[in-house]
Amino acid sequence: MENQITDYKSIPGWGMDADPDNEPTYPMKNYTGDDHNRINYERSVQQPVTVEILKSNERPTVSAVFGTSVPPSGLSGAIRRWAFKHSEDRYRHWLPLILADRINVYEGIIDDIKKGHFPNILAERGFKATLKHNPKKIIRQVITGVVAVMVIKSMFKSNK
Amino acid sequence: MLAMNYRGPYRVRAQQRPMPEIQHPEDAIVRVTRTCICGSDLHLYHGMVPDTRVGQTFGHEFVGIVEEVGPLVTNVKVGDHVLVPFNIACGKCNFCKQGLYGNCHESNPMATAVGGIFGYSHTAGGFDGGQAEYVRVPYANVGPTVIPADMDPDDAVMLTDVVPTGYQAAEMGGIKEGDTVVIFGAGPIGIMAARCAWFFGPSRVIVIDHIDYRLEFAKNYAKCEVYNFKSLEDPVVFLKKTTDWYGADVCIDCVGCEAEGNTLQTLTGRVGLLQAGAGTALQWAINSVKKGGIVSIVGVYGPPFNLIPIGNVLNKGITIRANQASVKRLLPRLIEHVQSGRLKPSELITHRIPLEEVADAYNIFSSKLDNCIKTVLIPSSK
Ligand SMILES: NC(=O)c1ccc[n+]([C@@H]2O[C@H](COP(=O)([O-])OP(=O)(O)OC[C@H]3O[C@@H](n4cnc5c(N)ncnc54)[C@H](O)[C@@H]3O)[C@@H](O)[C@H]2O)c1
Ligand SMILES: [Zn+2]
Ligand SMILES: [Zn+2]
Repeated sequence: MENQITDYKSIPGWGMDADPDNEPTYPMKNYTGDDHNRINYERSVQQPVTVEILKSNERPTVSAVFGTSVPPSGLSGAIRRWAFKHSEDRYRHWLPLILADRINVYEGIIDDIKKGHFPNILAERGFKATLKHNPKKIIRQVITGVVAVMVIKSMFKSNK
Repeated sequence: MLAMNYRGPYRVRAQQRPMPEIQHPEDAIVRVTRTCICGSDLHLYHGMVPDTRVGQTFGHEFVGIVEEVGPLVTNVKVGDHVLVPFNIACGKCNFCKQGLYGNCHESNPMATAVGGIFGYSHTAGGFDGGQAEYVRVPYANVGPTVIPADMDPDDAVMLTDVVPTGYQAAEMGGIKEGDTVVIFGAGPIGIMAARCAWFFGPSRVIVIDHIDYRLEFAKNYAKCEVYNFKSLEDPVVFLKKTTDWYGADVCIDCVGCEAEGNTLQTLTGRVGLLQAGAGTALQWAINSVKKGGIVSIVGVYGPPFNLIPIGNVLNKGITIRANQASVKRLLPRLIEHVQSGRLKPSELITHRIPLEEVADAYNIFSSKLDNCIKTVLIPSSK
């Protein structure tokens, strides 16, 4: 910021060829010039922050509204908190989030079991629909599975 | 109340969860009467979008009845049957004020590159979505639009995303009279983009996919030419040839990050996750458009980046135009198209499935079973 030139309008030719109609984003965008007011617009009141919200470090505050669906928790939550220390520009923001998503799946299963519900993974994968509309796929999967087991078994035998 | 619940890649179920509550004075609570599964939901379902947390309810395409409103809500009232745009938009920030309702700055603290979207991971704001009996709708003065009395709710639910996205895909193409427009993808979005392209006066509309039943549907619904890329040796050469070795005037990507058709893209993007999904369709679009042509992107790509031939964009002088659809901006025009009978979006709906069977519904749409084009989930409390 300290390098910012403030008297740019005195540069010879400044703005001479500006063409306000050359707005490639139109009609998606109805250019008003307000972009130069940056984030100084009249804002809605702030939704109270009642759960932990991870905020992008590319903005100064949380947005006026936000979702409170699943606050970060457990190991996946710890990884997510770390990820949010880094900007959206960085791999170290996104890759840990994907890792957290995968860990979160196991946390979900443990959570289910703790609540006395053993997840019916076949049903959750829509097995009934596959059975009805693509039974060949199931037959293929069963055959592949059986063949794989047989191959592994025979490898163990020949190793002995 | 009953709601869809994400458990991990390829695993979802319907389960009870607490009723949503008003959390902000501009919120409304809507009782959902119909809600769709979208190609965008498949990116979540397949585990492609970072920060998709177990336990979230998806769903960004829904219509329903206003049950409760916060103290500052004046534009809708309890009992109104409303359609709700998939973007959550404040209407006050400089992006909303310029019509960029898909880029609102006040609906998503978790990422600056994308505005808030109902039920679309924490990367898009962490909101629970509409694949549920009830849903919290923020900024209820801005998004929700009362469904005109003479409109079929099935058409209305298609106006929350599919129609505006297809229309904007064509609009961003800057199509001129006589143009040849190529659309990649014959899912609901590609089919709608093909149909809407005609509103801008082209002479040819070509749709490319590899699933025959979808191409057949596109041909009948959108009155366009269709080609299966599996039966073309090289889709780019084919498209050059069919445009007199010139290139299409406009190419539109309605596929996004789960494209098929290029082994390297598939391995790096969908198997290895070294890039944000496979950029095959976008690569084909860039390489089949004419010099100085326009590539319009509505297919969704996740962060952080994709491998696309940016050098060709430069050397060919291509203009790329892309965005999340700005549903609210387009609604007045699109409601007219539907009311006049020019557009019948509900014809895309091939499946109606109770919310209880959400797992099967996702599998049917994701695995393209039973000639599925578009699935509507019906909550039983309707
Ligand atoms: N920008 C927006 O506002 C917006 C809104 C809605 C959906 N979308 C996105 O649009 C895309 C399409 O949505 P949909 O509901 O139609 O999804 P869909 O999954 O039903 O359709 C995608 C189609 O692309 C086909 N396809 C795969 N690889 C291809 C290739 N290389 N060339 C041509 N076709 C190929 C598939 O066979 C499939 O039919 C998704 O990425 C979705 O996230 C964007
Ligand atoms: Zn959608
Ligand atoms: Zn806004």
